[in-house]
Amino acid sequence: MDNDKIDQIINKHQGKASSLIQVLIEIQNQNHWLPKEVLDKVSKKLEVPLTRVMQIATFYKTFSLIPKGRNEVHVCTGSSCHARGSARLLDTVQDLIGIRPGETDSDSKFSLETSNCLGCCNLGPEIIINGKHHARLTPDQAEDVLKNYK
Amino acid sequence: MKEILLQIDGRQVKATEGMTLLEAAQSADIFIPTLCHHEKLEPYGGCRLCIVEVEVNGWTKLVVSCVYPVEENIIVRTRSEKVDKIRKMILELLLAHAPDSLQLQAFAKEYGADRDRFEKEASFCIHCGLCVRYCAEVKKKHAVGFVNSGARREISFIPEIAAKECNDCKECFELCPTSYLQAVFVLTEALAFP
Amino acid sequence: MPRINSAAELEERRSGILSKRDPDKTCISICSGMGCHGLGNDRVISAFEEEINKQNLKTKVDIRVTGCHGFCEKGPIVVIYPEEICYMEVTPEDVPEIISQTVLEKKVIDRLIYTDPNTGEKAAHQSEIPFYKNQTQYLISYNPKIDPTSIDDYLANGGYSGLSKALFEMSPEQVLEEVKKANLRGRGGGGFPAGRKWETARNAPGKDKYVIVNGHEGEPGAYMDRAIFTGNPHLVLEGLIIGAYAIGSHQGFIYTRHDTPQLKKNIDIALAKATEYGLLGENILGSGFNFNVEVHFDVGIFVSGESSALMSSIEGKNPEPRPKYIRTSVRGVWDMPTNLNNVETWANVSQIINKGAEWYTSIGTEKSKGTKLISLSGNIVNTGVVEVPFGTTLRELVYDIGGGVPNGKKLKAIHFGGPMGGSIPEEFLDTPLDFDELAKLGAPIGAGGLLVLDEDTNMVEKTRFFLDFLVNESCGKCVPCREGIRQMAKILTNISEGNGKEGDIELLEEIAEVAGTASLCALGKTASDPLLSSLRYFRDEYEARIK
Ligand SMILES: Cc1cc2nc3c(=O)[nH]c(=O)nc-3n(C[C@H](O)[C@H](O)[C@H](O)COP(=O)(O)O)c2cc1C
Ligand code: SF4
Ligand code: FES
Ligand code: FES
Repeated sequence: MDNDKIDQIINKHQGKASSLIQVLIEIQNQNHWLPKEVLDKVSKKLEVPLTRVMQIATFYKTFSLIPKGRNEVHVCTGSSCHARGSARLLDTVQDLIGIRPGETDSDSKFSLETSNCLGCCNLGPEIIINGKHHARLTPDQAEDVLKNYK
Repeated sequence: MKEILLQIDGRQVKATEGMTLLEAAQSADIFIPTLCHHEKLEPYGGCRLCIVEVEVNGWTKLVVSCVYPVEENIIVRTRSEKVDKIRKMILELLLAHAPDSLQLQAFAKEYGADRDRFEKEASFCIHCGLCVRYCAEVKKKHAVGFVNSGARREISFIPEIAAKECNDCKECFELCPTSYLQAVFVLTEALAFP
Repeated sequence: MPRINSAAELEERRSGILSKRDPDKTCISICSGMGCHGLGNDRVISAFEEEINKQNLKTKVDIRVTGCHGFCEKGPIVVIYPEEICYMEVTPEDVPEIISQTVLEKKVIDRLIYTDPNTGEKAAHQSEIPFYKNQTQYLISYNPKIDPTSIDDYLANGGYSGLSKALFEMSPEQVLEEVKKANLRGRGGGGFPAGRKWETARNAPGKDKYVIVNGHEGEPGAYMDRAIFTGNPHLVLEGLIIGAYAIGSHQGFIYTRHDTPQLKKNIDIALAKATEYGLLGENILGSGFNFNVEVHFDVGIFVSGESSALMSSIEGKNPEPRPKYIRTSVRGVWDMPTNLNNVETWANVSQIINKGAEWYTSIGTEKSKGTKLISLSGNIVNTGVVEVPFGTTLRELVYDIGGGVPNGKKLKAIHFGGPMGGSIPEEFLDTPLDFDELAKLGAPIGAGGLLVLDEDTNMVEKTRFFLDFLVNESCGKCVPCREGIRQMAKILTNISEGNGKEGDIELLEEIAEVAGTASLCALGKTASDPLLSSLRYFRDEYEARIK
C-alpha cells in the first residue's frame, strides 16, 4: 500500500489520536491487511504508542496482520447457523480447501474465517465469499460453490 | 479534601474523599491481598483478588477494593465466606498458569487453594498487566503491551523499542507476581526474532 | 433543498411532499434488507427497472427499494401498492409477469403469494398472512413504506413531528417526564428504565454531555436493530435528537457495525439529509437547539457492545470495559456524563412524544410496556424480524407467527439472549414476553434474539458453543471471566465428547458462581447463564454423558 494513500486516510481524520480505529478500518478495507510498516506509520502520525496500535490491531477479528488470499471465505458459525448444521459445513470447507479458520493457503487462493452471526439467519447455513452470500448450503453443495473461485 | 469515615473489619477508619477502599485499608494497616495493584499505577481491577464485601444502607455487595471509592459510613468486610471462596477460585485458576509463583503459593495457603485443581497451561503469565502499565505509565516507553483478546490475550514486546530501552531497565521484571519467566521469554523472543 | 426554520415550515414541507404524491399510483416496494439481499434481490431490482423502462411505465409506476419487511425467510419480498399485494421468493424471471399481470391488469399471481404450508390456504395481502397478521407493528411497519435514503419518505410518513413537538411545545423536563411516565425500558439487554438513565445524565455535572446509539448488535441471532437502523435510520435519529434535547447534550455518537455496507451508507445519507433540512446541526428547526452526530464503527468483537467498552472505543482506545462504580451516565466518554441507549430504545422515543405516555403504557404488560422487536432464528419455519406487544406468549411467537418447527420435528427449547441468555424447555411456552418473567425463568430477553431448538439439539453441545464463542469475544482483562470461561469451555468439551468426570457438574457450578459475582463487566457476570439455565432444565443430559 503506498504512502500517499495512507497519508490521505490519516489526513481525512485530521490526524486525531481518537480516530485510530477508524483509520485502521479504512486501511484494512482498502489493503485487506495491515502490514507492520503501515502500523508503524499510523502510530507515528497519530502519536499513539505502537503498543496500543498493536493491541487494537490484534483485538478485533476483522483486522489481519498477514496478507489475505485472493478469495476470502467466511463460514457463518452464529447460533442459528450452528443449529442448522454449520459445523459440518465448516468441516467440509476446511477439507476442500485444506486450511483452517484464520489461515491462508500456500498459493494465496483462499483465506478461511468463521463469522459470528451476520444477521441473515434466513440464509443459514451459509458461506460468504468475497462478500457474496451462498445461502442454505448443504455440505455436499460446497464443492460446486468453491469451484467457481480461481 | 473532605474527610470520610467508614468501618473496615469492625474498625473506624478515617479516609479522604477520592481514596479507594484498598488505600483506606492500607492506611489503617488492614491487609487485603492484591495481584494487579501498584501504588504508582492507575487502578486497574483485573485480578479481582482484592474483592471485599461492602454494606451500604443495609445492602451488601461485593466490590473490588482497589477501584471502589470510599463512601461515608459504609461497612467493609475484607474477609467473609463468599470473599474467601472467590479468592480461592481465582488463585486456583491462576495457579494453572504459574504453579511455582511464590506469591500465588503464599496466598493459596491462606485461602486453601489447590494448586492442581486445573490442568496446567503453557503460559506463565497471569495477565496482571503490571509490566505493561508500568512501562506505559511510569517509564512512558511503551515497550511492552497486550495483544489479542479473551483467552488468547498475551504480553508482547515491540522489538525496536525493546532493543533500545529494555536492557538497562528491566524494572518491570521485579513487579511480576510470577517470577517474570514469561516476560523474559517474550522479550528474548522479540529481540531474537523481531 | 433549503433548510427548515420552524415547526410551521416543517408542516409546509410535509404537505408539499404529500401533495406531489398520488396515493393511488402504483408503487413497487422491493425489500433490500440483508436477508433478501443475500437471496439475490439486486437482480430482482434491476429486472423491475428494465421492465418498467421497456414498457415505458416510468411515469405510471414508482419503484421503492426499502429495508427489511420482516419476512426474510420468504425473500426476496415485493409488495405492490396501493393494493398491498405481497409476493414472495420473487425471481428476476417473475418480473415481466408481475408488471403485465399485477401492475397493468390488477390481477394477483397465485404462484407468488403466500400459501399456508398446513392448510394450503392462500393469502395475497400482508394483512391476511399469519406471519404479519399476528403482529402489532409500530416501528417496523414503516419499513416497506420508506426508502431509507429518502428523508422525504420519512417526512411523508409523519417523520420528525415528534421532534418538532418536543422542541416547540415541551420543555426538556417535560420530555423527560413523558419518557419516564411511559416506562420505556432499554431494549439492549438490561431493560433498564431509559427515563431514569436520562435523568441521571441530565442532572450530572459536566460541561459537555453525550448521547450514544448502541447499534453494535453483537448478539448472534439478533438482527432486528440492523433491520430498523438500515431500513429507517431517521426514526432512530429523531429519537436521539429528542433525547439529546431532554438531557442537554449537543454531541451524539452512533456506534454500529462496519460489516454491513448498506447500514453504513444509509446512516451517512440520513445524517447528511437531516443536516441539509435543518433537523441536525446548529439551530435545529430554528429552535436554538444545537446537536451534531459522529459515526463510529465496531470491527468485530462482542465485548465492544458493552457500555464502558464502547465508550473507550469512541475515545480511540481498546474496547476494554472499565469498572462502573461511578455510572457512565455520570462519567462516560472523556469522563463526561454520557447516555447510551440501544437502537430500538431510541426508535421508540418519537412515538412516545407524539402519542403520549398514556397511549404507550396501554400496550404491554404491567412492567414491560410497548412492543418488542424479536428476531426469530434456528429451527423455525419463518425466520425473520417480528414486532409484538409485550405480553404476547412465546407460543404465539413460535407457532402463530413463526410457523413452528420445520421438518416435522418437535420443539425442545427456546433460547433467548444469546451467549448471555438461557434456554427454557417447551413446557414454558405459555410464558408471556416480559423482561422480568423471562429473567426469572433464566432466559432473559437480551436484545431479542429468539433461537428455536428442535428435538435433535444436544444441550451440552449448545452450551459449549456459547461459551466457546465468549472465549475469544471477551476482552481478557479480568481473571474470573478470562480463566473461568476457558475452564468451563474445556470441561464442557470433555463432557460433550464423552470424557466427563464425576464432579464436573459441581465444578462447573462453582466456577459459574465465582465468574458470576467477581467478573468486571456484565459479559463475565452472565457468561455462565446459558450453562446455569441448561443445568436447571436439562441436567439429565449432562449426567447421562458423565456416567
Ligand atoms: C458483552 C456485552 C455486549 C453488549 N452488546 C450490546 C449490543 O450489541 N447492543 C446493545 O444495544 N447493547 C449491548 N449491551 C448492553 C449495553 O452495555 C447497554 O446496557 C445498552 O446498550 C444500554 O441501552 P438500553 O438501556 O437502551 O438497553 C451489551 C452488554 C454486554 C455486557
Ligand atoms: S468480564 Fe470478561 S469481558 Fe468483561 S472485563 Fe472481564 S474479561 Fe473483559
Ligand atoms: S488488585 Fe484489585 S483487582 Fe487486582
Ligand atoms: S430482508 Fe427482506 S424481509 Fe427481511
